[in-house]
Amino acid sequence: MSESSAGSSPVLLKVDHIAVAYGDLVAVSDVSLEVRRGELIALIGSNGAGKTTTLRAISGLLPLGAGRIELGGEAIHGLPPSKIVARGIAHVPEGRQLFPTLTVLENLELGATVSGHTRGNAETLDWVFRLFPRLRERHRQLAGTLSGGEQQMCAIGRALMARPTLLMLDEPSLGLAPVVVRSIFENLVEINRAGTTVLLVEQNVLRALGLCHRAYVIENGRIALEGPRDALAQNPHVKQAYLGM
Amino acid sequence: MAVGLSLIFGVMRVVNFAHGDMMVWGMYLALVLSERARLDPYVSFVVCAAVLFLLGALVQRTLVDRILDAPHEMQILLMLGVALVLENLALMVFGPDPQRVSSSLSAATIWIGPLFVDVARLTTFALAIVLTLAVYLFLFRTRLGRMIRAAADNTYGALVIGTDVRRVYLMAFGIGAACVGAAGALVSGFLPFQPAAGLSASVTSFNIVIIGGMGSLIGAFVGGLLVSVAESLGAVFLSPSLKELVSFSLLVVILLFRPAGLFGRRAT
Ligand SMILES: Nc1ncnc2c1ncn2[C@@H]1O[C@H](COP(=O)(O)OP(=O)(O)OP(=O)(O)O)[C@@H](O)[C@H]1O
Ligand SMILES: [Mg+2]
Repeated sequence: MSESSAGSSPVLLKVDHIAVAYGDLVAVSDVSLEVRRGELIALIGSNGAGKTTTLRAISGLLPLGAGRIELGGEAIHGLPPSKIVARGIAHVPEGRQLFPTLTVLENLELGATVSGHTRGNAETLDWVFRLFPRLRERHRQLAGTLSGGEQQMCAIGRALMARPTLLMLDEPSLGLAPVVVRSIFENLVEINRAGTTVLLVEQNVLRALGLCHRAYVIENGRIALEGPRDALAQNPHVKQAYLGM
Repeated sequence: MAVGLSLIFGVMRVVNFAHGDMMVWGMYLALVLSERARLDPYVSFVVCAAVLFLLGALVQRTLVDRILDAPHEMQILLMLGVALVLENLALMVFGPDPQRVSSSLSAATIWIGPLFVDVARLTTFALAIVLTLAVYLFLFRTRLGRMIRAAADNTYGALVIGTDVRRVYLMAFGIGAACVGAAGALVSGFLPFQPAAGLSASVTSFNIVIIGGMGSLIGAFVGGLLVSVAESLGAVFLSPSLKELVSFSLLVVILLFRPAGLFGRRAT
């Protein structure tokens, strides 16, 4: 995990002072972040900080109360989720959200159905199967009967099938054994090396700081801190509040 | 008909009380086509399906789309409203008297072994099987069908991966209505109908869907067979007016032992 060679590449995703509310409850009050092409960025924070809300806003699943979101310099806020996926953002949601009564293969193929079009399907599928050989073995099994780790692989694979330029993941480590988490995080690094920009939401701060280039810390709906991973790992507040040191 | 209902409920979890009236409209359409265009209902059911597809899509786009996130009660109310409008429109246009479509097959009967069978009913039964199979193949062999199943399985998941869920709903609702329209035309040759028949048809088909298991096509088909057998037996052994009693007792008994219906998945 070398220091980012992507540090000076063009900005891919720009989230500019967004606010998001559920009815009267303001979940995100002021979040700004930038993800450059090729980077692996972590967004960390504790329960209820607004991580999921931020990702859902980027995907167009929640409307913005304020601010703007750009992908490759073009505004994408206000677009429906299907258009945003078509622009190149794939979202691995919290809790995986697979289709339990469909087979693994069907789940994966649905990921390639970007607004009704299927592109480069076979080749991408082959890549996904090489990343996650377990999925190839179990491609005819119903997704609902997979183990937790396999379900997470399936959710990541499904998102990759859309051939995204930006892959966003919401707590992929949730509820998984440490060995499985390690292997999935290795997959993320591999996916990133292969050219996909990654925005990773995590509560597992130690692990996330171990693999990202830079990170943002979100607290109570606003960005509290940001910086390269080493700087954040040394930050006294991060050490005390998130690393238990 | 129950297949259509199962499809709509399965995907959208919208309880569609307008289905019975859509079926009645399918029947009247078959009647008009038979009188004006000399089309036999066993031919015109294709037209009825197409027209009902459009009607279903229209209702979905203009009305149901607005209340998908609303609680179930609201959806039931809306669909009851649609049902009332459809029923009274039929009343205005066609009058209250029972009607029946004449089909070249209506009078024909054949012997199959020891059984004396009505050709019209037999044809309807065969076409119902073909229709169920067609819907099944559509759902399991086509891309759109797969999207409909995915949206039924996990709507949020479908949205996250970029499925145009509104379009999927539109198709599911349209296809559901088309099944109902076809069913209406197919039974119009031997079941007399009137505008008021819609509600009881809705209730019966609900019964079928619940017995079979919400959202299961095979369940809808098996449930349909069970209910019609139970009702015929009830009509023969008890009294024709008590046949609903039999099918509802069947419903209660099945729900006691299989709360999710025969082929239903347990809610998680
Ligand atoms: N659907 C909702 N309706 C109302 N409030 C919500 C909803 N979803 C989240 N919230 C609230 O918004 C705030 C931020 O939630 P969010 O899910 O974004 O947090 P998170 O950082 O992802 O937390 P976690 O690590 O537990 O997943 C919380 O206070 C939460 O209670
Ligand atoms: Mg969350």
